[in-house]
Amino acid sequence: MPDLGKYADAVLSSYAVSLGLILALVVLSVARARRVRTALEEVEARVKKHG
Amino acid sequence: MIALLLRDLRLAIRAGGGFGLGLAFFLIVVVLVPFGVGPNSSLLSKIAPGILWLGALLACLLSLDRIFALDWEDGSLDLLATAPLPLEAIVSVKALAHWLTTGLPLVIAAPVFGVLLNLPAAGYGPLVISLLIGTPALSVIGTFGAALTVGLKRGGLLLSLLVLPLYVPTLIFGAEMARRSIEGLTAQTSLLMLAGITFAVIALLPFASAAVLRVNLR
Amino acid sequence: MSSIWEYANPKKFIATTNRLLPWVTGLAVVLMAVGLVWGFFFTPDDFRQGSTVKIIYIHVPAAMMAINTWAMMLVTSLVWIVRRHHVSALAARAAAPIGAVMTVIALATGAIWGQPMWGTWWEWDPRLTSFLILFLFYLGYIALWSAIEEDDTAADLTSILCLVGSVFAILSRYAVNFWNQGLHQGSSVLRAGALMGDTEERVSNVFATPLFISMAGFVMLFIALVFLRTQTEIRARRMRALLARERMQ
Repeated sequence: MPDLGKYADAVLSSYAVSLGLILALVVLSVARARRVRTALEEVEARVKKHG
Repeated sequence: MIALLLRDLRLAIRAGGGFGLGLAFFLIVVVLVPFGVGPNSSLLSKIAPGILWLGALLACLLSLDRIFALDWEDGSLDLLATAPLPLEAIVSVKALAHWLTTGLPLVIAAPVFGVLLNLPAAGYGPLVISLLIGTPALSVIGTFGAALTVGLKRGGLLLSLLVLPLYVPTLIFGAEMARRSIEGLTAQTSLLMLAGITFAVIALLPFASAAVLRVNLR
Repeated sequence: MSSIWEYANPKKFIATTNRLLPWVTGLAVVLMAVGLVWGFFFTPDDFRQGSTVKIIYIHVPAAMMAINTWAMMLVTSLVWIVRRHHVSALAARAAAPIGAVMTVIALATGAIWGQPMWGTWWEWDPRLTSFLILFLFYLGYIALWSAIEEDDTAADLTSILCLVGSVFAILSRYAVNFWNQGLHQGSSVLRAGALMGDTEERVSNVFATPLFISMAGFVMLFIALVFLRTQTEIRARRMRALLARERMQ
């Protein structure tokens, strides 16, 4: 751990906020990708069966 | 074209709401500001041009969704779209009607409300000129926003979100011109920029509004 | 393989991006990790800014991506208007939230950096203000996409909004520059801008190398996210089409 001196709060919090936001974006994107993919497969299977 | 303009004007005045409401809203904003920031008259005279510009802008915003909404509901917008008149011209006339019923009264009322906010004497002329040049841009940009949201059920809030960022340059140059004149600085650049934005917007944006309207009428 | 437009076929796009995605993701993770770890642990403090200089390894790439994302949306919107490739419109839709998040990161890190450096969280400095306006543009764009149900209508309207918005965004940038000069005339050069200038003039490589690696990492992250999110949008669109056809029967 490097010595951040008196600005430790600023540096650490900005890294935390940014990485948190990026992580949230990635997680949300991946989750929605999964959800939509399975939902589409379901619908496609149903359409094939009926159609 | 003139018939359409007269029709829009008549409708705006007869419906009662559209015409007076903007002015009343403007007055209320101007009255509320001293309650918010305190009755200190030197402070008020300092922020007066900005407040008057902001009030005019918000009052303008208030009546935007009415530009197309009524015509959309009763289907006359479809008729207008198939009329021999190009849609770009219709959009421009709509914007002009909106300016005549909303922008122009605001410009005329602004000096009166300026008294309430203790606007310095040097500010009246520049303020009226900047509003006179700037408010047409507000109407034209607003018409674009109204065309974007015309098909939506609750488009009012979205309309504000879309239109307000587009108002930033006009607001900056308009308020800046009034403020600089009061402080005795040269206001020529802001005046020219403001006029430039207004004319460019009048010339170009009706094409975008008409394109958007065509998509929405599809 | 004859032309770039072949990739506008949704199936082809999904197949190609599926092949590329692991590589791009891996590259993004590696580059970001190297750039940020290098920047955070192995760079000296600036003699004037102390350790807060470490914030630039996030702040500058995020700010760069905030602007580049809008530029990418502008290009894809134009492609949609001219050639009407659905993938293009959906890519613009997929990119907008990424740009909005990048703008927030740039603003937040800027505010956190400004607090000890300028003594204030927020300053109505031209750069900060224009980023705030850019954020408003992203919000309006995303809101318009989500408000319209019909896919093609939404694509058309948002791409026109993107074109008009780009002109106004540039106009706002100049207006804001002008406006702020009016507030404090003759004040020193832009302080946020001096940051980049400082690093390049004085201690160039010590700060610059990890910064550039981090910037490359952010670009890769952006590409990976756009690929993934565009795939999602394509699938969601296909699903809506299938469901609509099902209801018709």
